[in-house]
Amino acid sequence: MATIAQKIPKEALLDMLSKMWQIRAFEEKAEALFALGKVHGTMHLSIGQEASAVGAVSALQAGDYMTSTHRGHGHCIAKDADLKLMMAEFLGKETGYCRGRGGSMHIADVDSGNLGATGVVGGGLATAVGAALSANMRATGQVCLCFFGDGAVNMGIFHESLNLAAIWTLPVIFVCENNQYAMSMSVERALPIKDIADRAASYAMPGVVVDGNDVLAVQQAVAEAVAKARAGDGPTLVECKTYRWRGHSKSDAQRYRTRVEVESWKKKDPIVRFTARLIEEGILTEGEADEIEKRAYQLVEEAVAFAESSPEPRVEEITEGVYA
Amino acid sequence: MREITYAEAIREALRQEMQQDEHVFLMGEDIGVYGGAFGVTLGLLDEFGPERVRDAPISEAVIAGAAAGAAMTGMRPVAEIMFMDFTTIAMEQIVNQAAKTRFMFGGKAEVPMVLRTPGGSGTGAAGQHSQSLEAWFVHSPGLKVVMPSTPYDAKGLLIASIRDDNPVIFVEQKLLYRSKGPVPEELYTVPLSVADVKREGRDLTIVATGVMVSRSLAAAEVLAAEGIEAELVDPRTLKPYDAATINESVIKTGRVLVVNEGYKTCGFAAEISAMISEGPAFVYLNAPLRRLAGLDIPIPYNRTLEHHTVPQEENIVAAARELMAYH
Repeated sequence: MATIAQKIPKEALLDMLSKMWQIRAFEEKAEALFALGKVHGTMHLSIGQEASAVGAVSALQAGDYMTSTHRGHGHCIAKDADLKLMMAEFLGKETGYCRGRGGSMHIADVDSGNLGATGVVGGGLATAVGAALSANMRATGQVCLCFFGDGAVNMGIFHESLNLAAIWTLPVIFVCENNQYAMSMSVERALPIKDIADRAASYAMPGVVVDGNDVLAVQQAVAEAVAKARAGDGPTLVECKTYRWRGHSKSDAQRYRTRVEVESWKKKDPIVRFTARLIEEGILTEGEADEIEKRAYQLVEEAVAFAESSPEPRVEEITEGVYA
Repeated sequence: MREITYAEAIREALRQEMQQDEHVFLMGEDIGVYGGAFGVTLGLLDEFGPERVRDAPISEAVIAGAAAGAAMTGMRPVAEIMFMDFTTIAMEQIVNQAAKTRFMFGGKAEVPMVLRTPGGSGTGAAGQHSQSLEAWFVHSPGLKVVMPSTPYDAKGLLIASIRDDNPVIFVEQKLLYRSKGPVPEELYTVPLSVADVKREGRDLTIVATGVMVSRSLAAAEVLAAEGIEAELVDPRTLKPYDAATINESVIKTGRVLVVNEGYKTCGFAAEISAMISEGPAFVYLNAPLRRLAGLDIPIPYNRTLEHHTVPQEENIVAAARELMAYH
């Protein structure tokens, strides 16, 4: 088996590890700020799912499109979002990505191709299809990476979107982050099939199951789908099997699963696994790994300082931005 | 000036905008070879090809949502939803996604899309193919809602809607598709959010939308024979609407009748009435405000029942006479 260093430049690997740590650090901080009463709204944490976000986005080129979900902090960070602007948005500040109008669930940076997170399950699938259609019609060579969770696949829009992308041969990569639960409803109870990827068969597109806690496996699967999309050969459905360590949102008492189950998934920590592999292959030393981790937490602290010192939106401007 | 139909005026607007802007394209059910359920897009497939006149499967939600996604990324899609009743299937994409994107993203996104859809009763199509749901969209911040009542307005408003950088719900009127009127051959726009006084008069103001405009004009002729001169204001854009022109007319006449085909409760007529009530025109009123709107019932199939479900010329005449009876 080829080593990963033979396939991916060291710099890119370290960037992936760094982004995974930034996601972990950002969300741990988000949780802490919430506990301190500094957060107005709710939030949906993706701790434990860092590999699917970073693996998938690292297969894109700059300028490619992405649509995200309510559990989207990781997607944004993976797509090079500025932690300062993200944290400012999280705290509802004027300096945030959405001037404090969107909050945790709606971080977007359209100019960079991040078409935003939607708070409605399945809400971004059609947007992704439209962006891919637009890329095709303008002949830009861009593709669109479309994140959604296991909860979205039982919605009509999932089927409408995959079908349209397939019949129009659009450059979309549908990435289902199957974290085992749609709020409290387990995939075992919500689906009659074991693998969501099987649903790709209905739309004559490849359906790929991947270990969603293995960042390199995710990257490889998505990179193949990206190459296919860019070549004009249409969409792919990639299912990343993963797990969210935290509850659905801050109001979740988690009565639907056991501690034992959660702990068993924590042993599959995608950051620990990736770090071990990099060290094992001699790409990274333990010291460097610690440094990357430390730097991520430091960046998040800087982001918090920026956000906390940023101004609140002005009430006088409350009606701005409804219309162009 | 040459006269063409309302449907032809819409088709001409689509054709001319597609000719002058390669980013404009059409997407919807049966809009290609079939030419659309009402024949509005007939011939456009031959002229522009299947890339720009895209037949979509019966998938209203993704038609609307993909239009929004394409609009966010540099295109100017014009989507068609075959009947206004079917926009309900796409409501999540229209109301939660397309409409809110710009504000939710801090004013840093644009969604320049048009969603064309025909509304209205009078065709014997019963409860699920006859509704006037414009109030649903008027109630959604971020959307613009346009409802032309003449071929001239249809062409100019559609061109303005396509060029607008916001999601526009363009409500066409089934009963008007074959009505004819003067329409310039060249490209022109009718500005959004500007009402039009379709008839001047001193005695009372009728504010009417869509097919109710022609019914109100006919009613005004009957009233004129009785010595009552009605002024007719057509808002043309229902959101954001032109309150100033309406108020100006009501201040002049002192009496107002608001006519809209949609369901009466919380309908567009209710909004206009409330706006007048709390606005500068209220103190000039010599009679109570009067609304004429659709009954709060599903549109019935039977011809007579259907006729009595929404305002007709005779109802407008009768209501106007009642308003004039106040002293």
